[in-house]
Amino acid sequence: MLKRYFENVSWVDIFLRLFQIAAIVIIIIGVYNTVIEARYTSAQWSTLVFAGLAQGSIYALIALGYTLVYGILLMINFAHGEVYMAGAFTTVFLAQYLSRIGFLDSNPFISVIALILLAATVSTGVAVLLERIAYRPLRNAPRLVPLITAIGASFALQYTFRGLYGAEFRAYPAVSALQGLVNVFGFEVPLVQLVVLGAAIILMVALYTFVERTKMGKAMRAVSEDKDVARLMGVDIDKVIVTTFAIGGALAGAAGVFNGLFRPQGVYFFMGFFPGLKAFTAAVLGGIGNLPGAMLGGLMLGVIESLFPNLILEGLGIPAANQLRDAFAFVMLVLILIFRPQGIFGERLAEKKA
Amino acid sequence: MKLDWRTIIRNGLLGGGIAFYLSAIGMTELFSERYLIGDFLSTGQLFVAIGGLASGILTARGLKEEKHLTAYMGSLLSGIASSIPILLLIFLIQVLVIRQIGQDVIFNWRSMFVNLSPNLVEILTFGQGLAAGIPLLILATTTLAFIGAALVLLPTRWGRALTNGLMWTLGIGIFSENVRQILTEVTNRDFVRLVFQQRTLNPEAAIAIFAGVFIISFLGVGKVTQSGWAKLPAGQQKQGRVVGIVLLAVFLIALPWLVGQFLSQALFLVGMYVMMGLGLNIVVGYAGLLGLGYVAFFAFGAYTMGILTSTGPLGVGNFNFWTALPIAVLAGVVWGLVLGFPVLRMRGDYLAIVTLGFGEIIRILATSNWLAPFEGGPQGILHIPTPEFFGIVMNQPQTMYYLVVAGSLLIAFVTIRLRDSRLGRQWMAMREDEDVAEAMGINLVQTKLLAFSIGAAFSAMAGAVFAARVGNIFPHSFNLLISINALSLIIVGGMGSIPGVVVGSLILVGLPELLREFTEYRLLMYGILLIIMMLFRPEGFLPEETHKRELRGEEEEYVEEHPVAVEV
Repeated sequence: MLKRYFENVSWVDIFLRLFQIAAIVIIIIGVYNTVIEARYTSAQWSTLVFAGLAQGSIYALIALGYTLVYGILLMINFAHGEVYMAGAFTTVFLAQYLSRIGFLDSNPFISVIALILLAATVSTGVAVLLERIAYRPLRNAPRLVPLITAIGASFALQYTFRGLYGAEFRAYPAVSALQGLVNVFGFEVPLVQLVVLGAAIILMVALYTFVERTKMGKAMRAVSEDKDVARLMGVDIDKVIVTTFAIGGALAGAAGVFNGLFRPQGVYFFMGFFPGLKAFTAAVLGGIGNLPGAMLGGLMLGVIESLFPNLILEGLGIPAANQLRDAFAFVMLVLILIFRPQGIFGERLAEKKA
Repeated sequence: MKLDWRTIIRNGLLGGGIAFYLSAIGMTELFSERYLIGDFLSTGQLFVAIGGLASGILTARGLKEEKHLTAYMGSLLSGIASSIPILLLIFLIQVLVIRQIGQDVIFNWRSMFVNLSPNLVEILTFGQGLAAGIPLLILATTTLAFIGAALVLLPTRWGRALTNGLMWTLGIGIFSENVRQILTEVTNRDFVRLVFQQRTLNPEAAIAIFAGVFIISFLGVGKVTQSGWAKLPAGQQKQGRVVGIVLLAVFLIALPWLVGQFLSQALFLVGMYVMMGLGLNIVVGYAGLLGLGYVAFFAFGAYTMGILTSTGPLGVGNFNFWTALPIAVLAGVVWGLVLGFPVLRMRGDYLAIVTLGFGEIIRILATSNWLAPFEGGPQGILHIPTPEFFGIVMNQPQTMYYLVVAGSLLIAFVTIRLRDSRLGRQWMAMREDEDVAEAMGINLVQTKLLAFSIGAAFSAMAGAVFAARVGNIFPHSFNLLISINALSLIIVGGMGSIPGVVVGSLILVGLPELLREFTEYRLLMYGILLIIMMLFRPEGFLPEETHKRELRGEEEEYVEEHPVAVEV
């Protein structure tokens, strides 16, 4: 029987399997060492987990844009990270203004809503323009063509905003109402992280309801099943696609504001690129084209990124593990695409369509 | 009169919108002091002029079938309309920025829109103040629209001659510094002074160039030589070709000494990217495997060269350039296999993203402290000696130029031989359809790995030469941009085409080196160029036949039915 098995399996498969086993063994050794040595207290771990969840909810919101567009057009909107940047970068000026007149501190709730609305509007505008100018004329082109266009659009958008707002970092002001710690299950967690996580979950639930319950949502699902049949059933394809881009843009804009709220590093024209790539990873992690998958994928990626450098790399004795944090997302991406291209929750779509 | 008002106005607003955009992101102001001709036409003004010109051209194209008078009237109208966005910009600056000057305000618009400066209003109104400047501006856009319309509506011969004349004059104006440099090398000082004042063209010289090019293209010299060439007997054509190749070789050899040190450095970079582009062309153009992590192999080549030859503390073995070069290439092959292996099963978009991920992982690892004992971490590798060739130390850009030309020729030769071999045909079969290729008995694993490793070898060679040229290498030089650059240049040049790679790297690497002032907007230009190319000429400037058919969508019906079948 073993002989039959080996006849059917090529040496590529064997090699990939060995690679997989090696990866798992390395992870286990790393985790084991870290746990045995007890480097961190449980409070420290919980800090990492909650920071990861907050960061992950931002990835998730961006990832939804990738997944929505991929579900409908089967294209990777490479410039989606720039849509996120556009909202965050434009809104920082409003945030600074509100902070200066004191409104941000006296009415934090209204202010944050206003910020989100502005960011969502700008991002939606950019996403819709992008679709109209760069993608719509190429809808029937071979798949390489829109991908390259998207790369071009990504650079064009970055440097357009650099030209508009300048090249410096601009920091979001701290919202005093969101400072402070909250006790969750006995762990001290920064309030702002909880708020970001909660707001992101509300948005995701709203999106899910929209897609599952409304007529437009139904049309979107129909188009992602089969464009031609949907058209025959009287669905306005162009309208559905524009709506998809608009929703993806709005979520990315909201993500931009959340990012500003809990990370004080500031925003600048290149800020969208890596979160965009990571969000794409999150979308693939959850199974691209799958909405709940993108949400969970985003949260998972956030936690992995925040936890694994300390959990695995330090256990393996690698110095300055946090320098390698950004590499983790890409390593995850490579591993998933090699071993489970359909993602954790995906159907077996990827092999046919990718 | 059959004028479609809405289209005309829309064209005008579109053209004016371009001018608005270029001004709002700061290009107009930045280049307002960069004069092209005399001291009255600057590059900044040229950017604004694009608006009126474009609206005139667009409208005239739409009305080509109508009476000429109608078409001209329409263009004039859209020219007037094209001033509206510019006027809007002036208005915005007046209201938002100029009114705030000297006042203590809570929200300073200038700090948001950094490029909306009072100076911009001055430039847009020709420094005449608002009252005189605005009518002048409208007049200017209308005139430009008229010129644009004339380019389209004049009889072909006149129109072409006019276009060529304008292009050449403006082109020489833009590159005045470089042209001047070349003229200084080949002619005498007096002639140079005749053509150029300090940094720009003399108005008289500009007129002379315009007239010269106009007359030459009006008489159609290019066409005459071409038809004459076609009439020659085959034997003479062959001789002519040999002469052409000899002339080309002499030209390539003489080039660095004609253009001086600065331009030689630019040529060196172009050559380096030709080497990389040819390698990536095998992976993307022939085998159809879209990779965005090409910089990884460039980095491997550079680091291998660095570690093997460096005289600093990180150097191992103190090899010389010529022994280290083959080892670097071999390292490229090995890493091509190692990184190619995991992605054997991936296609299309996913492959692109994963290779991009590889490139980033490599860069992050190279920057980290973890590997610093071996490759320097963020401090990089220092003291890489310059290569010697029979006692000649290649520390000048001119000598290094010969090295990359030799390398490019070698790679081009190998590429051509591979393309016409069995392996080349296997690559192309795989590009057209992986499943069918496999069914025809092509070993996909072997074919893909060969494509990856050969492409990687060429890139590593470019990287090794790069390391030897710059002397010190740092991880941040190996960023994603290099991959994007290499990919863009083969797309702009035409995928799968070897002359295309040369043209692409002249345009994307050479031009930006010449236009140093554009550095800030270089990537913006790249992005816009990529989009425009994909929208209007997806096959590139010098396309290879099959790709052209494919990307032009001549098989459109087929594409709709079988999206997988034509995937590149």
